[in-house]
Amino acid sequence: MISFLIRLALCLASLLPAAGWSAPVRWASDGTSNVPYLFHDPADQSRMAGFENDIVTELGRRIGRDTEFVQNDWDGLIPGLQRGFYEMVIDGIEMTPEHMEALDFSKPYYVTSERIVVRRDQAGLDSFERLGGHTIGTLKDTLAERMLRERADVTLRTYDEESNVFADLRDGRLDAVLIDGPIALYYGEADPMLRLVGPPVGQLSYGIAFRKGANVLLRQKMDAAIESMVRDGSLHRILARWNLWTPEMAEWTGDHAEPAISPDEWTRYLNAIRKSQGMKARMERYVGFLPLIFRGALMTLAVSACAMCLAVLLGMILALLRRYGPGWAGLLAGLYIEVVRGTPLLIQILFIFYGLPAIGVRLSPFVAGVLGLGLNYAAYEAENYRAGLQSVARGQMEAATALNMTHTQALRYVVVPQAFRVVVPVMTNDFISLLKDSSLVSIITLTELSQTYVRLSSTYFDYFGTGLMVGAAYLLLGLPFVRLAKMAERRLAVSERRSVRN
Amino acid sequence: MVASSSMFFAGCSKLPEIILQSDDQNAGPGSPGPAFSVETVLRAENISKAFDGHVVLRDVSLSVMRGELISIIGPSGCGKSTFLRCLNFLEIPDDGVVTIADDTIRRNRGPWKAKDEAQAHQLRAHVGMVFQSFNLFPHRTVLDNVMLAPRVVKRTSAPVAEAEARDLLDKVGLGAAALRYPGTLSGGQQQRAAIARALAMRPEVMLYDEPTSALDPRMSEEVLGVMRALDEEGMTQIVVTHDMRFARAASDRTVFMEGGGIVESGDPDLMWDNPTDPRTRAFLGSSLR
Ligand SMILES: Nc1ncnc2c1ncn2[C@@H]1O[C@H](COP(=O)(O)OP(=O)(O)OP(=O)(O)O)[C@@H](O)[C@H]1O
Ligand SMILES: [Mg+2]
Repeated sequence: MISFLIRLALCLASLLPAAGWSAPVRWASDGTSNVPYLFHDPADQSRMAGFENDIVTELGRRIGRDTEFVQNDWDGLIPGLQRGFYEMVIDGIEMTPEHMEALDFSKPYYVTSERIVVRRDQAGLDSFERLGGHTIGTLKDTLAERMLRERADVTLRTYDEESNVFADLRDGRLDAVLIDGPIALYYGEADPMLRLVGPPVGQLSYGIAFRKGANVLLRQKMDAAIESMVRDGSLHRILARWNLWTPEMAEWTGDHAEPAISPDEWTRYLNAIRKSQGMKARMERYVGFLPLIFRGALMTLAVSACAMCLAVLLGMILALLRRYGPGWAGLLAGLYIEVVRGTPLLIQILFIFYGLPAIGVRLSPFVAGVLGLGLNYAAYEAENYRAGLQSVARGQMEAATALNMTHTQALRYVVVPQAFRVVVPVMTNDFISLLKDSSLVSIITLTELSQTYVRLSSTYFDYFGTGLMVGAAYLLLGLPFVRLAKMAERRLAVSERRSVRN
Repeated sequence: MVASSSMFFAGCSKLPEIILQSDDQNAGPGSPGPAFSVETVLRAENISKAFDGHVVLRDVSLSVMRGELISIIGPSGCGKSTFLRCLNFLEIPDDGVVTIADDTIRRNRGPWKAKDEAQAHQLRAHVGMVFQSFNLFPHRTVLDNVMLAPRVVKRTSAPVAEAEARDLLDKVGLGAAALRYPGTLSGGQQQRAAIARALAMRPEVMLYDEPTSALDPRMSEEVLGVMRALDEEGMTQIVVTHDMRFARAASDRTVFMEGGGIVESGDPDLMWDNPTDPRTRAFLGSSLR
């Protein structure tokens, strides 16, 4: 019996390191507007697709660990890596000298070039040299951007979102787009209005990014896994299925074989977006969006409601301190209000989420979002309440004092209720604009309504219909607040009278 | 009633000593100190006040007997309002002593501390105040205006507070307007409601700062009528006013202020007929026209 227990214990103990070992490797990417790297499968929104997704899954299998995808905004990817939210970033991160200075990279898992995309009817722009004298678009912080910057004869326009680059190309705001090969293929070639032209331009490599000096063991394992995928042709197979095997890859891997691999992921994608063009398909798609929009709306509502509560509470404290508190407290409150109102909300949210960890304060995206919005709106509420208090005639406070009410009683029964009447309509408006400003928290990885819009619309190149739906969702969200405020106003009027007589 | 009240108090205001002998029950043989302190309900001594170095009141003293109606008159800016507001510490005097009933506050150029505010709170319990602009609470009905302070400050139960408030409103002729909001009342009605509101705290002294200046003559008369009735009942009242007719006809004593001090005070008829100071003469002369 005892020996059995000992054996059991030993058995469990031997499992422990294994359990620790198999904790999933967290990797981050921006899965919105990111075809063909990583995106929500157009045919099934809940499934992540993309050639990087396939590569990561295979790499994880080879090193014997599960992988866990972490969604983050493009701009937040590297800050999140530095904060240790996840171990790796895999999102077409170019292995430039500057990047390699700041980050550790695995071996490249993909080598490609920049390609030129033009409108189908456009002739003559089929080489890098011949782009001169034209307006060219590309993504920020890419090889293409650096190359185009050298060209004084090119009017350069840079973008954050690939879908916007191509929208502008289609609409004639750009003459051509120079962009990473995979994007050129999936956005340019897949679009019946556009085409890929000319030879490849330049060369670039994507690697897996790690925090500098961290996870060295994991990086070495990843290197080995990439090498083994190159050797046994599985990397070739994945890329070929996505129609992304390039001459550069053949060059770099020395793998010049041309196995018959059908580009089934590429065709699947083409079919999916072609099918989604018809009116009926569109309608069906919109119905399919509803649960996602509902979920986004819930998140928007949750963040906004919590932030509003914080803003109202803190705003009142600030306003009262400023008007009735001791001198130094009023000064501090005033300073707070000036600083908050004088700096952009976006910066405040980023600072709270990415900046505060520098002094040891780590907040979840939700809490950071609520704090960012709440602390910001508190300043506006404080000003609102101050104006409200000022709107109450001085004589009211004097009359209350002469009736021998204490300062607090005078505020509570005479001044604040009157101020409230002035303040409520403004507060209602503030609440509605807070609801809209809550879209800013999408930047700290919260998938709320705006984030849902960006994701859905960029997957289908459909900014119009999706936009109407999301807009309607915001309007619907705002409505109850208007009604709530009106109700509160009525209730207040009644309860005030009661409070004296009962 | 004007005649009776002013006649009843005429003697006492002019010659306090006479009352001492006739009215003072407490002044037993050998009792120390000035016996008239029992009858003096309010005493201000050497009140001084400056705003940002600009002196507005200079050593102003005034004693008020229980039941007196005192009018304070004088040119605009001479410090009447400031003096009145110093009596219940809406304005904090720099210097001087205020005694109302048995509460005394001494000021000696020191800072105004929480302890002083607590004392002022006690003292204000004896004083009601009525303002030129009524200052009713616009978000509450007339009845609630009257009930609020007793409920909040004295913790009077709601039924008792309401019964008393309704009595007071009846008394000032506003029984029917109890549930209306101040904004729907005429100026005269509002000012009468304000008087009822102040009376609800059962003050021993009522202060009025130009209670009728914002009212037309007919409405003024409603308000002055209420004040006369209060005088009949023996309420002590101090009225800053520009209404010379009222000051002369209704008050027991008139105080003429100029340049931050009291120039002359006494029986109104004597003062009008035979002012001792040329400044008084000039002021009354100009204001009669
Ligand atoms: N809060 C204040 N700050 C600065 N100066 C003031 C303040 N209150 C009153 N004063 C000044 O004190 C002086 C006396 O004012 P006060 O209101 O007491 O005069 P008044 O005799 O009541 O005049 P009126 O008949 O016009 O009401 C005026 O010169 C006025 O400008
Ligand atoms: Mg005045």
